[in-house]
Amino acid sequence: MTFFTEENLELAHEIIGRYPKQRSAMIPLLHLAQEQSGWVTEEAMKQIGVLVGTSSAEVLGTCSFYEMFKRHEVGKYVVNICTTMSCALLGAEELLEHAETRLGIKAGSTTSDGLFTLEGAECQAACTEAPCLQVNYRHQYRVTPSDFDQLIDELADPNNEETPRHGVLAQIRQHIPVERSVGAVHPDLVNVPPVWIEEKKEANS
Amino acid sequence: MTELGIPIPHAPGFIANKTPRIVTSRFDYEDSFTIERYEETGGYQGLRTALSKTPEAVHGEVRDASLLGRGGAGFPAGVKWGFCPPGVWPRYLVVNGDESEPGTYKDRLLMELDPHQLIEGCLIACYAIGLSQCFLYVRGEMAVAQERIAQALNEAYAAGYIGKNILGTELSVDIVLHWGAGAYVVGEETALIESLEGNRGMPRLKPPYFPASIGLYGQPTIVNNVETLSNLPWILSNGSEAFKAIGTETSPGTRMVAVSGHVKRPGVYEIVNGTTTFRDLIYGETMCGGIRNDAALKAFVPGGGSAPWFTADQLDLPFEASQVGPEGSMLGSGAIMVMDETTDIPAAALTLTKFYAHESCGKCVPCREGGTWLEQIMRRVVNGSGTKRDLDLLIEVGETICPGDFPHASNKEKGLSAVPFPYKMTTICFVGPSAFAPVHSALTLFREEFEAKVAGNSDRNYVEVTINA
Ligand SMILES: Cc1cc2nc3c(=O)[nH]c(=O)nc-3n(C[C@H](O)[C@H](O)[C@H](O)COP(=O)(O)O)c2cc1C
Ligand code: SF4
Ligand code: FES
Repeated sequence: MTFFTEENLELAHEIIGRYPKQRSAMIPLLHLAQEQSGWVTEEAMKQIGVLVGTSSAEVLGTCSFYEMFKRHEVGKYVVNICTTMSCALLGAEELLEHAETRLGIKAGSTTSDGLFTLEGAECQAACTEAPCLQVNYRHQYRVTPSDFDQLIDELADPNNEETPRHGVLAQIRQHIPVERSVGAVHPDLVNVPPVWIEEKKEANS
Repeated sequence: MTELGIPIPHAPGFIANKTPRIVTSRFDYEDSFTIERYEETGGYQGLRTALSKTPEAVHGEVRDASLLGRGGAGFPAGVKWGFCPPGVWPRYLVVNGDESEPGTYKDRLLMELDPHQLIEGCLIACYAIGLSQCFLYVRGEMAVAQERIAQALNEAYAAGYIGKNILGTELSVDIVLHWGAGAYVVGEETALIESLEGNRGMPRLKPPYFPASIGLYGQPTIVNNVETLSNLPWILSNGSEAFKAIGTETSPGTRMVAVSGHVKRPGVYEIVNGTTTFRDLIYGETMCGGIRNDAALKAFVPGGGSAPWFTADQLDLPFEASQVGPEGSMLGSGAIMVMDETTDIPAAALTLTKFYAHESCGKCVPCREGGTWLEQIMRRVVNGSGTKRDLDLLIEVGETICPGDFPHASNKEKGLSAVPFPYKMTTICFVGPSAFAPVHSALTLFREEFEAKVAGNSDRNYVEVTINA
């Protein structure tokens, strides 16, 4: 039943506390789960359901809508090659083919050593730097086939520490200091304007 | 300062030019994202100015500036803010940092390189219209932007800019960083709200679900784009008059645009709104410098993957919605994708159609089924196994999504006159029509390329079905 580590459970409670309704923490907690184990397990979804006050089926419902949540094991590095228009105009298909040959797998699968998952992906907001790709959602720009080979060599090196493994997104977390925090503003508990609005109105009248 | 027209190495894609720099003014600095640099360069002065005025006066300043939304629809921010129904509290702010429209690349730069500017913009908006809590929704696939914003929020909390009694005033508001998990449609404002409520990110029907009246948790909610909000500190520091002195009366200020594809210098530029033309942008010496290899221009997408295409005939149109709309397209999200004469047009159109078909949330049948069929048919046309009948079928399927004349650009040579924006649609949001836009544009402007691909293939296997009404 307990999926989250003690540390992550504490973090989960901190995250939930920021939202007026706990269900809003669903996606952040799914990310936290994926960060902990590289993909989203059933145990994770069960515990998230308990934490945000809903069923694990509801959690699955949300989870399955979003491309980034993997419900099966994926490689340490997920390599997403953009194949949308701007990248396609500048050789994305060729890059993807090269990647398939180099890694010996088809897009959508994982190398047998569990290191790489290759995916054909969609616009990554780097269209001027085409063709581009992401490794665990970190960009590489204007990638040539030889750049790609070099990148794979670097990532395959067990000493590589530059790119965190799949599941880890931002390595800096938001922390709202308790003494500075206003706290979540719940729609059912508040029905007056915030004080700076009220105050100014009084001053005007 | 960087030389004009030169890419800035630590700002991938960004190219500085002569334009007045409103939102990109700090991009030259390598440490542009730190609070130290921000404060040294006039940061948080707009907030101080705002706090010295009444909230109504701040709202008035933004309304006077006629700041148009930069997320796609181009609706004036100050007017939208006025749509919150009086007496209904609390109100929320949701920042749209989900940037994922094909071709669009600007919000990510603003989040990575100047997160404090965005935060300051959020605070100004919250003060002006009494928004009690702010949620900053960043696209899931942007690890670096998430990091930079997290860092900036932590710094700003510590410095007293966010949280309780901001700068010793009555203003108290939390900003919560939230990120998505990979779904284009979540960029649509009502889907964004669904997603923020922990649901599948499917759009809601408007009306009644206009966020300003029924938004997050059913409360009045302002959804603004990252670039829109990033303009606010400058407007408050310099005044709406100074803002309106740049650009035109109906399209004041600057805009960030990304020009990608077959140009000599693809890049992200801050340009003067309203007056800069597509020709300036694509051929200008301090901008893209022309088409690669000095080839001829075949077509360009003027406003993100959803926008109907233009050709050389429309190069002299300025960045002005009231002129681009009647010509059959939109400025959208400031994404220009350029195709030179060597481009395989049907194949290029397919890259967009497959995107929208894949991103359909499935709520509306015409989008879910129609998008998929458009993609299937386009695939067989592009790989050479389509038939002539398929070309008509594309239009038939498209018309189930957007009945009637779909917008397209004029083309004198081909005797086409423009069908202006906007169009009718049978779907809840724009994703459905967006799957058709590239097909329709490509097919009306470059029909001969489609015909060449299907030439010689017989219309086998077709069964005509007539439905009696
Ligand atoms: C399918 C679809 C996707 C959208 N994606 C985005 C997006 O990624 N970012 C954005 O700011 N607006 C996006 N929009 C527009 C938003 O719905 C909304 O109009 C905008 O965020 C409002 O902000 P603004 O008034 O400041 O422009 C999208 C709209 C549609 C229909
Ligand atoms: S148009 Fe498509 S993406 Fe938009 S709500 Fe309908 S099915 Fe979903
Ligand atoms: S099209 Fe590849 S990043 Fe936008």
